Amino acid sequence: MKRPTSLLRVRPVWNTAAALLILAVLLFPVYWMLNAALQPESSIAATEWFPVSPSLKNFDTAISTQGGSLLTSFVVALGAVVVCLALAAPAAYGLAQFGLRGGQGIVFATLITQMVPGIVIANALYSAYAQLDLVNSYLGLILADASLGLPFAVVLLRAFMVSIPSEVVEAAMVDGANRFTAFVRIVLPMSRNAMITAGLFTFLFAWSDFMFALTLNTTDDVKPITLGIYQFVGAHVSDWGAVMATAVLSAVPAAILLVVAQKYIAAGITGGSVK
Amino acid sequence: MTTITSPAPASGAAEAKSAAGRAPLRRGLLRWLFVAPALAYMALFFGYPLVRNIVMSFQHYTPKTYFTGEAPFNGLDNWRAVFADELFTDALWHTALFTAGSLLGQFTIGLALAVFFSRRFRLSGFVRAVLLLPWLVPMVVSAVVWRRILDQDHGMLNTALHAAGLAPQDGVPWLSSPGVALLSAVLVNIWIGIPFNMVILYGGLQEIPRDLYEAASLDGSGPWRTFRSITLPMLRPVITVVLVLGFMSTVKILDLILALTSGGPADSTQTLGTVTYQLSFLQLDFGQGAVVGNVLILISAVFAVLYLRANRADFGKGK
Repeated sequence: MKRPTSLLRVRPVWNTAAALLILAVLLFPVYWMLNAALQPESSIAATEWFPVSPSLKNFDTAISTQGGSLLTSFVVALGAVVVCLALAAPAAYGLAQFGLRGGQGIVFATLITQMVPGIVIANALYSAYAQLDLVNSYLGLILADASLGLPFAVVLLRAFMVSIPSEVVEAAMVDGANRFTAFVRIVLPMSRNAMITAGLFTFLFAWSDFMFALTLNTTDDVKPITLGIYQFVGAHVSDWGAVMATAVLSAVPAAILLVVAQKYIAAGITGGSVK
Repeated sequence: MTTITSPAPASGAAEAKSAAGRAPLRRGLLRWLFVAPALAYMALFFGYPLVRNIVMSFQHYTPKTYFTGEAPFNGLDNWRAVFADELFTDALWHTALFTAGSLLGQFTIGLALAVFFSRRFRLSGFVRAVLLLPWLVPMVVSAVVWRRILDQDHGMLNTALHAAGLAPQDGVPWLSSPGVALLSAVLVNIWIGIPFNMVILYGGLQEIPRDLYEAASLDGSGPWRTFRSITLPMLRPVITVVLVLGFMSTVKILDLILALTSGGPADSTQTLGTVTYQLSFLQLDFGQGAVVGNVLILISAVFAVLYLRANRADFGKGK
């Protein structure tokens, strides 16, 4: 085992080389996904090691068959973010600043809800949804997906909002703003970074959701990409090139967020208990 | 689950402050309005399913239930049927193996990488960030890609093993043999979980004061000794959190298995999660599905207690 000190016996160059090797090994499946997606003939026989004559044909098939599902995923994930933040932000503020009786108990309960297995929720939710006509609906899936991010968002936002000095809000209230206006005008802008982190993770959770998509939909009316690719593998198991192209497309949001919002993602993982 | 939530310490200071103002009752209600929507939502989407599952496990659901709305109570029938079913005991065993194997692999490799990346070198931050990708990609998608890689006839892994002369004539039946499929699922899940373990443990390592290491090296302590006597003990709270969270997400596994093997071959990769899904949503016996779900909750509840114990230090500080 190596120790994390600055007393290095190994030259830093070798560390970088080792790190790149680790990266190559661990990210190989991702490379393979991209590689296979770029080879139209990979559907039939074994895939070549490199896309020597790359083609976007698989992506054409993927978009024409799964484009709608990608859009559905986007709408559902965005909806889940809105619902989640609208519920979590005021609650986090209340729990952080108001010293409500039983507030600690609520935070405990929030932590615990993260541990309820999704399949258990789906099991009970399905019959309720059937009665409320929410099966096969965008609203139903958005509401269910918001549950994936809500506990995390409450815990993360609360941890941040505890540090907002209450004088800031009280000063605004002296100027005539009521508590809610003060919350919207002062607290929310101050919590911008924490809100972005919570929103990003909720988006990724909802985008990755498979369980609720699978159980709360019985028709093809609302079919997110995770469900799309699952059924695609079942139906077109011979057309692996198109399946891989679909996989690449459904991994794009994660990749974009990783590049654009890396700071927030690092903050989210270390700042709260994710997943 | 609900019994664990009961300890609700009253917090007095801010309460007393608001009581001194005018119309304290109205103000108190207004304050609750901030929290109420989220509370109502959590009651509906977490509380209700927990209670409903217990009730459902004593009801007889059939495919006809959703037309007639009739699900008569049938006592312990569902529980007896599930516990007598060999599939349930097999799934329990598979879940235990899957969870233990996954956690062991994820944690060991994650810790090794976290220690490695704690050295300072060029590109360290960049590589750490990119390594997160497998964890951020939807699990179903990763599973589908792996399903192709592990294909016995056309999969890249067997092709590579063949080229290296390491595979038997027909290739390794990664997903098509009941004896190997669960191991393959564990390997894929280890791959998915490494980034999460690495990032959290890396964060924990950065919190350990540097002078402890300097003191140890002055005392002539070697790398292994330093790791055992300083790194591991100081990292313990973080290790607990990472293991418990890993346990929670692994024990309920469903996405990965369904997309990789659909529970097969010959039910060799059925877990509690997939059995619940199969009973409820394929056989439409929601009563028996609820029984397996309750078992899953019971197992999770035990570990929830461990998690809260590990987190108690944070709560003491009112974090």
